[in-house]
Amino acid sequence: MENNELISKLKAIIKPYIQDEDAFKNLSEDTDFVKDLKINSANLVDIILDIEDEFDIRLENEDMEKMLDVKSAMAIVNTKLAG
Amino acid sequence: MKNRVVITGLGVVAPNGVGVAKFTEALKNGTSGITFHQQLKDLNFSCQIGGIPNISEALQSKYFTDLQLRGFNSSGILYGCIAGIDAWKDAGFNINAESELDADTGLIFGTGTSGVEKFREAIYKLDEGNVRRLGSTVVLQTMTSGVSAYLSGMLGLGNQVTTNSSACSTGTEALLMGLERIQHGKAKRMLVGSCSDHGPYVWGGFDAMRVMTYKHNDSPKEGSRPMSATASGFVPGSGAGALVLESLDSALKRGATIYAEVLGGAVNSGGQRQGGTLTAPNPTAVQHCIVKAMENSGVVAHDIDVINGHLTATSKDGLEVENWTKALHRKGNEFPYINSTKSLVGHCLAAAGAIECVASVIQLKKQFIAPNINCEDILPEIAALVHFEKIPQQKIETTFNTIIKASFGFGDVNACVVFKKFTL
Repeated sequence: MENNELISKLKAIIKPYIQDEDAFKNLSEDTDFVKDLKINSANLVDIILDIEDEFDIRLENEDMEKMLDVKSAMAIVNTKLAG
Repeated sequence: MKNRVVITGLGVVAPNGVGVAKFTEALKNGTSGITFHQQLKDLNFSCQIGGIPNISEALQSKYFTDLQLRGFNSSGILYGCIAGIDAWKDAGFNINAESELDADTGLIFGTGTSGVEKFREAIYKLDEGNVRRLGSTVVLQTMTSGVSAYLSGMLGLGNQVTTNSSACSTGTEALLMGLERIQHGKAKRMLVGSCSDHGPYVWGGFDAMRVMTYKHNDSPKEGSRPMSATASGFVPGSGAGALVLESLDSALKRGATIYAEVLGGAVNSGGQRQGGTLTAPNPTAVQHCIVKAMENSGVVAHDIDVINGHLTATSKDGLEVENWTKALHRKGNEFPYINSTKSLVGHCLAAAGAIECVASVIQLKKQFIAPNINCEDILPEIAALVHFEKIPQQKIETTFNTIIKASFGFGDVNACVVFKKFTL
C-alpha cells in the first residue's frame, strides 16, 4: 500500500482517540501516539482492534508492544499485509 | 457538634421526566412513565411493561464525548452521569476538564450492578475465545463503581469517591453515608445518588420470581399500583437521582440555593430474623430504623408531615403501612400524608432511593404532595389503618415542614432519612 494511503487510513482510525488537535493536524511518520497525540494508553488496544478491522489482519501482543508511533504502525501493517 | 447539612443541587433521570423541571411537572400531574416494551414480550417476559427514561442521542452528547460513547453500553452509568452533572451544575458549579482538584468534595454513587448489557457483549466474545477483542472499557463499564469513576473524573472530585450497594435501599443509604461524612467534617460537599440499568438482563431475575405484575401489559400506565387492592406486583423501572449535600457553612458562604436540610437518618438490617428473609423485611427492624431516623434527626413522630414510602405494589405494602403506624404511633386521621413515587416511575431498583429522595425534596421545596395514581381502590388492610384522605389521589398544595423517606432492600436492609424545609 502507498504510504500516503496508509497514513490517511491510520489517521482516520486514530482520530477519535486523540487529545491534541495540533499534533494531529501535523501528523507525520514520527508522531508518537501517547507523547504527541496524548492518546490515553488504555485506548491503544482499541486502536489495535480498529486497525485489525480496517485491514482485515490480526495483531499479536508483540506487535502491539511495538506500535507506539505512526512509523511503527505503518511497518507492522505493511508486514502483515505482505504476509 | 455535628455540622448541619443542606441540599444545594438536584439531578434526576426518571422514566416520567429527565431533568428536575420535567420531573417536577410529572410529579405534580401524576404522569406515569411506564410503557410497553416489545423486547420484553419477544423474550417471553410475564411482565412486558417498564419504566425507561427517554434520553436522545443529542442529549447524550451534551454529557459525554464521542470517545466516551465509543463502545459505550451501560445505561446505568449514562443515567448516573447525567443526573450527577445536572445536580452539580444546579448547585452552581461549573464543569471544566482543567479544573483544580476539589479536595473538599466527594462522591458516593450507588448501584446494584453495572453495565449488564456491556457484560453480556463481553461474555459472548469471551466464550468465542475472543477475549483479546473486548476493548478497553469493559472493566470500567461493568465494575460496580463504574458510575463513580466516570462521574468523579468529569467533575474532578478529590474527596472520598466510592459506590455503595444495598439493593433497593442503595440511593437512600448513599445519601446517609454522604450526610455523615459532612456532619463529621470529613468533606464540605458530597455528591450522592444512585442509578440502575434498564432492560431484560436486570429485570429478568425479578420476572422469574413472579414479583412483577403480568396483568397490565395492555394498560401500562395503570400497572404500578402501590397501596391498591388490585396491586399485583411491581413494575420495573430504571434511571438515576443525584443530590449535592453541603455543609450549611459552605452553602451560606457560596450563597447557594438551599432546597432543604437533611436532619438525619438511620440504616439497619433485620438480620433475616423475626419474619425477615432474603426478600422480606423484619418488621421490628423496619420500625426500629424509622424510630432511630427520627431520633437521629431530633424530631418526634408528631413532627412528620409527609411520608414518602418504599411501597412497591407487591404484597408487602400493607405490612409497610402497618410498620409506619407502629413506628409513629399514629393512624387513621392522625396519620401523616403518605405517597409512593413508584406509582409514577415503577420500581427503579437500585436507583429507587435516590430518585425518590429527589422527589421528596422537590415536594418539600415546592410545597406540594404528589398524587398516588392507581390506588383508587385502597387495599382494605391499609384502609383499616389510615384514613383515605391521607393517601392523596390528587396533588395537594399545602405548607409543611418535614418529610420522611424510607427505602427497603433485598437482604433485609433498611434506610430512612428525614428532610426539613430549610430555615436558618
